[in-house]
Amino acid sequence: MSTQSYYVPHQSRWPILASLSLFLMAIGAGGYINSLGKEEVSGFSGFSLLIGALFLAAILVGWFRNVIKESMAGMYSDQMDKSFRWGMSWFIFSEVMFFAAFFGALFYVRNLAVPWLGGEGEKGISNMLWQGFEAQWPLMSTPDMETFPGPKEIIDPWHIPLLNTVLLLSSSVTVTLAHHALRKNKRDAIVIWLAATILLGAVFVYFQAEEYVVAYEELGLTLHAGIYGATFFILTGFHGLHVTLGTFMLLVIWVRVMRGHFNPDHHFGFEAVSWYWHFVDVVWVGLFLFVYIL
Amino acid sequence: MTLIGRGLALLGLILSPSAYAEWQVNLMPGVTEISRAVYDLHMTIFWICVAIGVVVFGIMLYSIINHRKSRGAKAHNFHENTLVEIIWTIVPFFILIGMAVPATATLIKMYDKGEAELDIQVTGFQWKWRYHYLGEDIDFFSSLSTPREQIANESEKGEHYLLEVDNPLVIPVGKKVRLLLTSNDVIHSWWVPGLAVKKDAIPGFINEAWTVVTEPGIYRGQCAELCGKDHGFMPIVVDVRSEEDYKLWLAEMKQAKAQASDAATQDWTLADLMEKGEEVYNRTCAACHQVTGEGIPGAFPALKNNPIMVAEPSAHIDVVLNGKAGTAMQAFRDQLDAVELAAVITYERNAWGNNSGDLVTPAQISKLKQ
Amino acid sequence: MGTLEQTVETEEHHGPARGITRWLYTTNHKDIGTMYLWFSLIMFLLGGCMALSIRAELFQPGLQLMAPNFFNQMTTMHGLIMVFGAVMPAFVGLANWMVPLMIGAPDMALPRMNNWSFWILPFAFSMMVSTLFMEGGAPNFGWTFYAPLSTTYAPPSVTFFIFAVHMMGISSIMGAINIIATILNLRAPGMTMMKLPLFVWTWLITAFLLIAVMPVLAGVVTMMLMDIHFGTSFFNAAGGGDPVLFQHVFWFFGHPEVYIMILPAFGIVSQIIPTFARKKLFGYASMVYATASIAFLSFIVWAHHMFTVGMPLAGELFFMFSTMLIAVPTGVKVFNWVATMFRGSMTFETPMLFALAFVVLFTIGGFSGLMLAIAPADFQYHDTYFVVAHFHYVLVPGAVFSIMAGVYYWLPKWTGNMYHEGMGKLHFWLSFIGVNITFFPMHFVGLAGMPRRIPDYALQFADFNAVASVGAFIFGLSQLLLVYNVIQCIRVKRHTTAQVWEGAEGLEWTVPSPAPYHTFAQPPLVK
Ligand code: HEA
Ligand code: HEA
Ligand code: HEC
Ligand code: CUA
Ligand SMILES: [Cu+2]
Repeated sequence: MSTQSYYVPHQSRWPILASLSLFLMAIGAGGYINSLGKEEVSGFSGFSLLIGALFLAAILVGWFRNVIKESMAGMYSDQMDKSFRWGMSWFIFSEVMFFAAFFGALFYVRNLAVPWLGGEGEKGISNMLWQGFEAQWPLMSTPDMETFPGPKEIIDPWHIPLLNTVLLLSSSVTVTLAHHALRKNKRDAIVIWLAATILLGAVFVYFQAEEYVVAYEELGLTLHAGIYGATFFILTGFHGLHVTLGTFMLLVIWVRVMRGHFNPDHHFGFEAVSWYWHFVDVVWVGLFLFVYIL
Repeated sequence: MTLIGRGLALLGLILSPSAYAEWQVNLMPGVTEISRAVYDLHMTIFWICVAIGVVVFGIMLYSIINHRKSRGAKAHNFHENTLVEIIWTIVPFFILIGMAVPATATLIKMYDKGEAELDIQVTGFQWKWRYHYLGEDIDFFSSLSTPREQIANESEKGEHYLLEVDNPLVIPVGKKVRLLLTSNDVIHSWWVPGLAVKKDAIPGFINEAWTVVTEPGIYRGQCAELCGKDHGFMPIVVDVRSEEDYKLWLAEMKQAKAQASDAATQDWTLADLMEKGEEVYNRTCAACHQVTGEGIPGAFPALKNNPIMVAEPSAHIDVVLNGKAGTAMQAFRDQLDAVELAAVITYERNAWGNNSGDLVTPAQISKLKQ
Repeated sequence: MGTLEQTVETEEHHGPARGITRWLYTTNHKDIGTMYLWFSLIMFLLGGCMALSIRAELFQPGLQLMAPNFFNQMTTMHGLIMVFGAVMPAFVGLANWMVPLMIGAPDMALPRMNNWSFWILPFAFSMMVSTLFMEGGAPNFGWTFYAPLSTTYAPPSVTFFIFAVHMMGISSIMGAINIIATILNLRAPGMTMMKLPLFVWTWLITAFLLIAVMPVLAGVVTMMLMDIHFGTSFFNAAGGGDPVLFQHVFWFFGHPEVYIMILPAFGIVSQIIPTFARKKLFGYASMVYATASIAFLSFIVWAHHMFTVGMPLAGELFFMFSTMLIAVPTGVKVFNWVATMFRGSMTFETPMLFALAFVVLFTIGGFSGLMLAIAPADFQYHDTYFVVAHFHYVLVPGAVFSIMAGVYYWLPKWTGNMYHEGMGKLHFWLSFIGVNITFFPMHFVGLAGMPRRIPDYALQFADFNAVASVGAFIFGLSQLLLVYNVIQCIRVKRHTTAQVWEGAEGLEWTVPSPAPYHTFAQPPLVK
């Protein structure tokens, strides 16, 4: 271990303000969601959610600005850099486990619950309760079609999803190219490759949104469409959110590149975002395989 | 018993082994082959654990007594020994294998389903059980019969306090009975310790369990999965009868059913319906909507002053017969007969100041029920 | 940008800031540790009062004090508050205080995030406790919140409960990341991994467990939220889902969670026993491997909580065997502790008393755990008070006693003053007696057939329930002594030395008592 002295920041207002805004958001979101479907949607809650979110955004900007300033002022040693690296890696690991929960749910219903309901396997006797129901995947007709009308049709993996796969995979390439350019200190190339990455991400999100519109309006593939719709939307939805967030982070990095914040040896901010981007990419490959194709 | 009384009783327990009879501190061996196997298994692991405990705690106590500084003990300087580490990894491992073998054997026996002589579908409801004898035309609900006053400490508690029901599950002795467990709402768990059967009743799925009881008698159990407010008040009583008695009971049940349908065709006055309705309401509905009809805000709606009660009755009848999907309000169509339904609806429409004056007749309901 | 290569001397030997902002804005690991510990104490008292209300209702058969629905709310909130509000934050607080001191680090790796991890908690718990006052009442579906009782049939406050769980998850994950980064990156020169004190090792592994399973908990509550409000059918067979899916995902989190509550306890006890036996810990390396094995096994045993849900036979056997295996590494730990005491030179100050009680009573809890692991027998035990007895033995005289042992052990280091030994011992003996009177009879009523989570029970369970209730009040009231002892130790100046305990070894005992606000600005050299 190095013997450099480690930078311990002094007091900071950001954490407690960030906690407060999370609290406002949670209270607001809870009240708002609870009032959905009632005669009067809770205005106070909506307000609290909004304020909390804006507040949090502002705080994150302020907090990161602080960190960037400190970094620019050279206050961060190599050892500090390592802390950030460990921090980011373990954060990504936690995200992996978050998705693992939903993938686990998908595998469970596909391989156990739905077959049981359809009369196969050890608990196949359950089919007594759902006479006429047959196990299949994708699950086009649910055990109780009145409550959960199954989808009429599902999304063809070889159109938009394939395109999206290509988009995301190439964005992983472009972000790597940007990284190489950064190592060689070619500012123009970095800017261009990053811009390409951002664009690819944005187009991905656009297509994903379009896919959702089609799913809802034409295919009858909705959150209510039984377990197929539920797993489909929770997996693609959280992935989409992560792409959106990642694109936003890339945008910030892009601006920082243009401002000359990074140099060939010190650019952890850049790397962190690119790790995140690769992670989002890998999740997509899993989705493409298990949600769309198989 | 007073506190002091209890303290004395505890002392008595410790001093005299004969007192154990009254104080059940262990599993019951039960009345099936499986339950006795489980009991033996339980005792085996228990004694193994006791033995390990005696050794480990013994050595520890020995050190505490002998290797204390106040006795002038000097600390020795060993802190590593691969051999003992290996020994105390391997020995417990083998002990575990010793436990796993009988456990696996018992488990395999339990899972050996095979053909049964009687199939009963058991459905959990918030807070009662429904027993449907497949193949026989018998289907009834079984709910707690302990009077409210006993629970509220207003009267002396009976011998089987909280472990008694209106209609027990009746099964023949010595026959393999298969239970198909499911639920209408949340997860319940059907448990009778004497039979060593505990299996969850899961909405939308069926779990199988079976039992062969070797001795006639009455065996009591309880719901063993938190299922809401009255989870503590949904006991199970199994009445195991000899083959002849069981046949007799079957016949009685069928006869009672025929009589009930006769009653539906009679004429009922408002007063009669109100009287019957109050009884049905307090038995069936008050758990949620409360005796006062005021419900529990946020959980169960009030029926008192509820607009449904004075509006045209069809909406009211509909919700009672068919329930509301996805809420605790269950369908009572099959739970109650036509007379009871008519009575309870009439009662609700006229009790607690809901003076609609409406009379809903059993005949009306019978028609809807078909 | 050559400036980046320079390291700036940011080192300033200043003390804490004045006023409330010291606590609100702090980045100091000791301040944050202190706040965690106070928070945890408050939660312990709150959760304990709920436990006492449960015990009061169960003192006699019949309904006396509360309606069944409120009783369920008490059970649920008691479980949640004790697990997430009392035990976990206490361990994080101890880690915050001690890990940097033990490895010779100037602070935690990410100090601002450290503050954030803490401050989320009071907000999350105020929200959760506030559900008690909402229409329909607080969550009433048990701390395991099985669907569909917690989805379709839940009170409206469940939405707030879900968001509170999200917040606690964020807090725990960030806290764990911080601890891992600190241990991996800020060790003093010469402090190799196999020289780490065991408390640090156990926390490293615990932090890994936390990062692996808290997101899964977040995932499962998110699915609940979707089922309740957005029409999905994860836990509803009508749409092709399965209520049991909930249990699988929950326990994939839940089982490692119980080890999250015991591994740091193992660490604390492994620090204390050698100190008071004046003898090095026996089998250091095997302790590390045992901890790692327990952590690994904890990921593949989850369905032992679900033996009665009707799993296929193969599943039942797999989870039975893997669960039983955990007894092996845990046994290694117990044997090592006993071997450490053997031929030592023991004294019995309060921390040691708690540690010894831990070893015995935790092992008893472990034995009942092993009995529960035997699937066919668990059909009889499951969801009875036998389970309640099991987990209180591992949690109260297990986790909680270890925390108290740690508090008495390190309190002189924190405050610079010695606590009152006589009062400490009194606290120990009352707690020890109380805890056994409370929880031992639960084995009996459980075996005799009393289900858990019921507000009223059949007459044959009456006597032991009364005994347990009396014990609970003895145990609960004795905790007032803990509060008294801590406050007294802070206020009464009974100065102590840097080493505090005769047999104590490790970096934390080389800094003065009380530990200065900033320690190890220059890393010490470890031989
Ligand atoms: C700190 C928390 C903690 C710890 C450490 C443990 C430890 C263990 N637990 Fe426990 N458990 C809980 C907390 C904990 N548990 C909780 C909270 C619940 C209930 C959740 C709920 O439903 O609300 C629960 C429930 C629970 C169940 C489900 C019961 C049911 O609902 O039906 C089971 C079943 O297998 C189980 C098993 C075990 C086992 C095998 C261990 C093992 O790790 C124990 C190992 C230790 C020993 C065995 C003793 C020492 C060893 C030796 C001296 C070696 C030699 C011994 C032998 C060879 C026997 N536990
Ligand atoms: C670490 C966790 C932890 C801890 C420390 C405890 C501590 C205690 N628990 Fe715990 N308990 C759980 C975790 C824990 N519990 C869990 C997870 C459940 C399952 C929940 C569920 O089913 O969903 C449970 C369930 C549970 C039940 C079963 C409820 C039921 O099934 O319906 C009972 C019943 O006796 C009980 C009792 C107690 C008691 C008496 C204590 C005592 O040790 C508490 C002692 C502490 C105090 C009393 C507070 C401090 C003292 C004061 C503030 C003094 C002042 C007090 C007065 C003046 C009154 N608990
Ligand atoms: C297990 C709990 C439970 C039981 C038992 C129960 N109910 Fe209900 N009932 C409810 C709930 C919950 C609702 C609210 C449903 C909703 O959300 O619309 C309800 C709604 C109703 C309504 C409609 C009220 C309205 O405002 O929409 C009527 C009428 C009613 N119940 C009558 C009865 C009758 C008659 C019985 C007994 C035969 C009964 N209930 C038993 C839980 C119960
Ligand atoms: Cu039904 Cu508990
Ligand atoms: Cu477990």
